[in-house]
Amino acid sequence: MIASERELPGLMSGFVATVKRDLLLAWKRPGDVLNPVVFFAVVSTLFPLATGPSPEQLEFSGPGVLWVAALLATLLSLNGLFLADYEDGSLDQFVVSPQPLPMLALAKALAHWLTSGVPLLLVSPLVAVSFRMPAEAIGALIVTLLFGTISLGLVGSIGAALTVGLHRGTVLLSLLILPLAMPILILGARTVSLAATNETYSAGIYFLAAYAVAALVLAPFAAAAALRISYE
Amino acid sequence: MTATLSATGITLFRGDRCLFEDVSFALEPGQLLLLEGPNGSGKTSLLKAIVGMLELEAGVVNWGGTPVLEQRQLFHGSLAWMAHRVGFKADLTLVENLRFEAVLRPQVAVDIEDILERVDVSRLKRLPVRSLSAGQKRRVALARMLLADVPLWLMDEPYTNLDREGRSLVAGVVNEHLAGGGLCVMAAHQDVDIDAPVQKVILQ
Repeated sequence: MIASERELPGLMSGFVATVKRDLLLAWKRPGDVLNPVVFFAVVSTLFPLATGPSPEQLEFSGPGVLWVAALLATLLSLNGLFLADYEDGSLDQFVVSPQPLPMLALAKALAHWLTSGVPLLLVSPLVAVSFRMPAEAIGALIVTLLFGTISLGLVGSIGAALTVGLHRGTVLLSLLILPLAMPILILGARTVSLAATNETYSAGIYFLAAYAVAALVLAPFAAAAALRISYE
Repeated sequence: MTATLSATGITLFRGDRCLFEDVSFALEPGQLLLLEGPNGSGKTSLLKAIVGMLELEAGVVNWGGTPVLEQRQLFHGSLAWMAHRVGFKADLTLVENLRFEAVLRPQVAVDIEDILERVDVSRLKRLPVRSLSAGQKRRVALARMLLADVPLWLMDEPYTNLDREGRSLVAGVVNEHLAGGGLCVMAAHQDVDIDAPVQKVILQ
């Protein structure tokens, strides 16, 4: 009896099962899911209190504030992406299974995006309205945040995989991926500003979409390699 | 090609420290390899080196005569690993955990309930793993081994935290696996109570 003669589980089955399991875990612990969204809402509503609520001020600072808050909310929640699995040993079980590690990294990033990125997208129009953002800019905000959170989650999964064996890797994780996150922040915030002042803004969206596609293709492999390094 | 596990001259360093040097063994179907040694002597590291999680300084581990690193997927599809950390999600029930793991390796065509009955945890199946005792978790980890349709079992201290009945359960299950032509590598302190031919690697 040897494995070549038997059926190994399919490649997609590990991906699907991991996404399902992580969504089930998120369902059982809703607090973890709400953390980034609450952070996003609180930080962006605190800004007007500090800088003054005049309409011109709000319109001017809105895109930047919303984007910084979204970036930080995503970064802070990424630390735990592989940590829980590493600590309870379930990551070990995956590493010594025939399932490819990049599929696991992609599945974790997808589940993380579904439970933190999507709620953030849903809340962002409400916060944007409180910044007196015009409808055109809110549309641009949602589209840029869509690509931005996907990219940040994927890029962050590389950092999370690299820092998984370290205790308190949050700061290091943020430092590691900030250089890769900067273009997303700059283009995201600038695109929303341009939309708010009725200028053409499609270039930024094209770039963010291209960034998201590149991250989708490359990040799972980088994260898998980083996980193997973390085990050394 | 038969299912054999062998190692020739494997050496492992962690940092500057040499954990073991020039370890060799050749394990045939139906045999047990027992790793013995005091705490911190590298038993767990040797198991991790066999599965390819730690990089060897020298030597090679072969599965069916081929180096495992050249056939990682096939090799990992042929083994089940009972690690020190059981690897279950604390918030999920044990059935949810085992269902998830069914995609990780080939599974036997046996009802999950029967296996849970066998390791005497079926009355706990609706509870989250968080509320299980350490010994009960070991029993669920044993259920994971029984559900996997694989020839090679790697067990890290399988008797830990178990009561007398649990220890004889482990011994019985391992004996049965070996009698069916399986292979087992086990790190253990206690008397293992195995009938099959036993080879030993003693680590300092």
